[in-house]
Amino acid sequence: MSSTTVSASSGFRLPRWAIPAGATIGFVAAYVIFRGTATLPHDDEAPQFLAVTDLREWIDDHRNDNPFFLYFLNYIRLGVGALHTLFQTVLYALGWPGITGVMGALAWLAGGWRTGLLALAGVSAFGVLGLWQSSVDTLALVGVAVLLSLVIGIPVGVWAGLSARVRRTVTPVLDVMQIMPTFAYLAPLALFFHIGAPAGAIATMIYAIPPAIRITALAVAQVSPTAVEASTSLGATRWQTLFKVHLPLARSTMALAVNQTIMMALSMVVIANLISAPGLGGDIIRGLSRAQVGIMLPAGVAIVVMAVVLDRMTLATARKDPRARTRRTDLAVAGALAAAGLALIPVLPAVWPENVTIDVVAPVNDAVRWAEENWYAVTTGIKDVTTYALLNPLESLLTSAPWWLVALAALILAWRVSGVRAALTALACLLAIALLGVWEHTMQTLTTVTVAVLVTLVIGLLLGVAAARAPRFSAIQRPLLDAAQTMPAFVYLLPALALFGTTRFTAIFASVIYAVPPVVRLVEDGIKGVPPTVVEAAVAAGSTPGQLLWKVQLPMARRAILLAANQGIVMTLAMVVIGGLVGAGALGYDVVSGFSQRTDFGMGFVAGVATVLLGVMLDRITQGADRRTSPRKRKMS
Amino acid sequence: MGDSPDSAAITVEGLWKIFGSGAQKVLAGDDRNLDPVALREKTGCTAAVRDVSFEVRPGEVFVVMGLSGSGKSTLVRCLTRLIEPSAGEVRIDGEDVRAASPARLREIRRHQVSMVFQHFGLLPHRKVIDNVAYGLEIQGVPRQERHARAAEILSLVGLDGYAGSFPDQLSGGMQQRVGLARALAVDPQVMLFDEPFSALDPLIRRDMQAEVIRLHREVGKTMVFITHDLSEALKLGERIAIMRAGAIVQLGTAEELVGAPADDYVADFVRDVPRSHVLTLRWICRAPEPGDPLDGPELPAATPVKDAVAVASASSLPIKVVADGELAGVVDRDDLLAFLAGQDPHSVRANA
Repeated sequence: MSSTTVSASSGFRLPRWAIPAGATIGFVAAYVIFRGTATLPHDDEAPQFLAVTDLREWIDDHRNDNPFFLYFLNYIRLGVGALHTLFQTVLYALGWPGITGVMGALAWLAGGWRTGLLALAGVSAFGVLGLWQSSVDTLALVGVAVLLSLVIGIPVGVWAGLSARVRRTVTPVLDVMQIMPTFAYLAPLALFFHIGAPAGAIATMIYAIPPAIRITALAVAQVSPTAVEASTSLGATRWQTLFKVHLPLARSTMALAVNQTIMMALSMVVIANLISAPGLGGDIIRGLSRAQVGIMLPAGVAIVVMAVVLDRMTLATARKDPRARTRRTDLAVAGALAAAGLALIPVLPAVWPENVTIDVVAPVNDAVRWAEENWYAVTTGIKDVTTYALLNPLESLLTSAPWWLVALAALILAWRVSGVRAALTALACLLAIALLGVWEHTMQTLTTVTVAVLVTLVIGLLLGVAAARAPRFSAIQRPLLDAAQTMPAFVYLLPALALFGTTRFTAIFASVIYAVPPVVRLVEDGIKGVPPTVVEAAVAAGSTPGQLLWKVQLPMARRAILLAANQGIVMTLAMVVIGGLVGAGALGYDVVSGFSQRTDFGMGFVAGVATVLLGVMLDRITQGADRRTSPRKRKMS
Repeated sequence: MGDSPDSAAITVEGLWKIFGSGAQKVLAGDDRNLDPVALREKTGCTAAVRDVSFEVRPGEVFVVMGLSGSGKSTLVRCLTRLIEPSAGEVRIDGEDVRAASPARLREIRRHQVSMVFQHFGLLPHRKVIDNVAYGLEIQGVPRQERHARAAEILSLVGLDGYAGSFPDQLSGGMQQRVGLARALAVDPQVMLFDEPFSALDPLIRRDMQAEVIRLHREVGKTMVFITHDLSEALKLGERIAIMRAGAIVQLGTAEELVGAPADDYVADFVRDVPRSHVLTLRWICRAPEPGDPLDGPELPAATPVKDAVAVASASSLPIKVVADGELAGVVDRDDLLAFLAGQDPHSVRANA
């Protein structure tokens, strides 16, 4: 594929900008001539949507007489349901004293007194926020989902770590699972597993399983081949080598897999509420749909607290020296905590007493209203500039251009950036979207994503470069980035909603603050990864700091920056779809209304599929750019 | 050495580099005289360069030799302030480098002093020609002009036909030729080499040393060459400074180092050097004794001892050693055999 481009640029001696410029002029001309023709306007009653809605009706009617459902899917549903009930029963039986005591004890064992106290305070916070019941429901759901993810994910991961062939088979599946926006799972799951806690647990599990498999596989594959060889040469069987060499050596990395699985589960469990899973998600979604930050905030805080507590507990376990023995005092304290908690169960009420809660709904709503009124000029200014300067022109361009012109542009862009395979994938995705009847909404979502990604990349690059060049700035920024990355995606909608109300811009703002941290980190690491010898050589040649940045550091960090763009796109897309709840409209809104209104189910389902297609398209285009290191085929060391 | 400071290409005087937070305090007090290990224990600072002074003459190849950790790489970086010296004076072409503003310092780095690095420091995302032209590019030389110059330099270092390659497509030796070409392209007065060949295979290294000698003959740059390889130092260096623990222990020609090591450390270093290859007749000749026939063959004083062996075996008469047209002394077969057998030439010289 590159041979054509190379011969074109070196054979004819055209200036470098000639081809892109010519292509741009061609597209502009085509747009002017064909503008308004062959657009695919949205139709709520499209036959594709109705067919899916009908399918759902049929499945709901035959859920209990079709053998596939009767003997297979319903049993899975029942099994997961039973497990969830078990978790819930145990947690309810422990009551708040029991849960607090046991969590405190576990955390103390995992990470000493700091983590122990953090867990005690965190669990109490659920009660103080008045969200005890929902928090426990969430905990139960997360528990089931994580347990299932690990039971399935760790063996698969170990297998993938041991066998390159399995790894090659599993990796593309995981890739697609990870770029799929969270919403997209829900509709098909509702179709097969109905709605409620079991369906929610399964949705959460699907979302949380990729890191379990990926990191376990990595952990096992990283085990020193010398150690494995030594074990084999002593005559160990494969199982003996697995249990005595691979698993012990992979232990601490595998604990990270557990950590990541829990974090993913926590961010999905909220969304699972859309298919009627119980828990904190209910409050958040209620707050989002009514645009009331006061309702959302306590639930958001509770989710963050849960995330921080579980994160610290698992990270502390992962970082622990496997040879260190638990100290006797720690054991004693943990035992005492657990015993005290359990002993208090009969004494204290199982549900958190109402009179020690604080009600924040009204004050928070007031504060938001105050912010709305007083910062109106600034927030509206930002919002309007973005809307009129970027969003509206781009959207009208994409929706008024003929579909084939957009597809052609995507094809050529993908070809140039990532090669022929990515181009064909992108084209196939766009054609499928056109056939599904959601072209116009997809173009609107694409507009939002494009603008959000641009803003994210600009901010991310600036902060990343600043951090790479000023160690002091980096030292301040790092902990903030760390904290930002442990927070579930949903939380980012809170400030966005508070500042901007329900508009298209809200989703953009939320996705920018959601996606900036990893972008900053990748850019910073990329620039810092430039070998010091090269930097020194450039300085010795008399480069100014600016020349060093533009001619050496940024070009050499190209891979990291492209990876950052890729990450940014995937994260932004996920957030923009969630933004459908707060005024982003388009695909996200279709998905949400598909859950809330039975007659719109088909449209929601199809919109979910279109989101995935859009995600795959964007991912392939940028990922290819990352893999291809230069116009010529060569390996980078 | 005989030259006045103004005619020297590089003058270094009382140069110190101490790493660590209390560097200035150490310099101000008596701690500066502690040896590096004791200093580190007492203050946590590391003295990398300690009170180093030398001059490099224009067009000279000046070699700094020492083991790893002796401070030689730090020293060469202090010359253009890639590492900021803690104290002392550095003058390049008479200009005080330590007083230069950042902009002036960049000008010095761009036009006067260029550097070749141990690990090449090439830009992997640029073609060879653009790597070579990098120094000109950042000076603002137009594309066509700098490419023409870079192509010229590439053929000078024997890399014709590789202009369009990327650095990682070349072997280590060729990559270092690119590094060399990049340093040459800006036509500097001084070239600094920081162990440029130590990452290369021995055979390639020999080629590259020959290349540097050839280039020095052709372009006549002042060169400061850092190495930890004694044979490299002896081969390239007109004068050699041996560094140990941040200080120069001896500075002299190869002959002076091998013939009269300043201390046991240097003596240990040069022990395995084949002395007959390094020392010249000047070193072993003696004043003619009465009765020595003075009609034997004549050889210049700068002839290495090994080259005199063939002459001595062809004629039984003592060899006349001539310097500047005058008789410097004589060497007969016995003197040569005694020297080759490893007896101290000083005892021979003592007779003179």
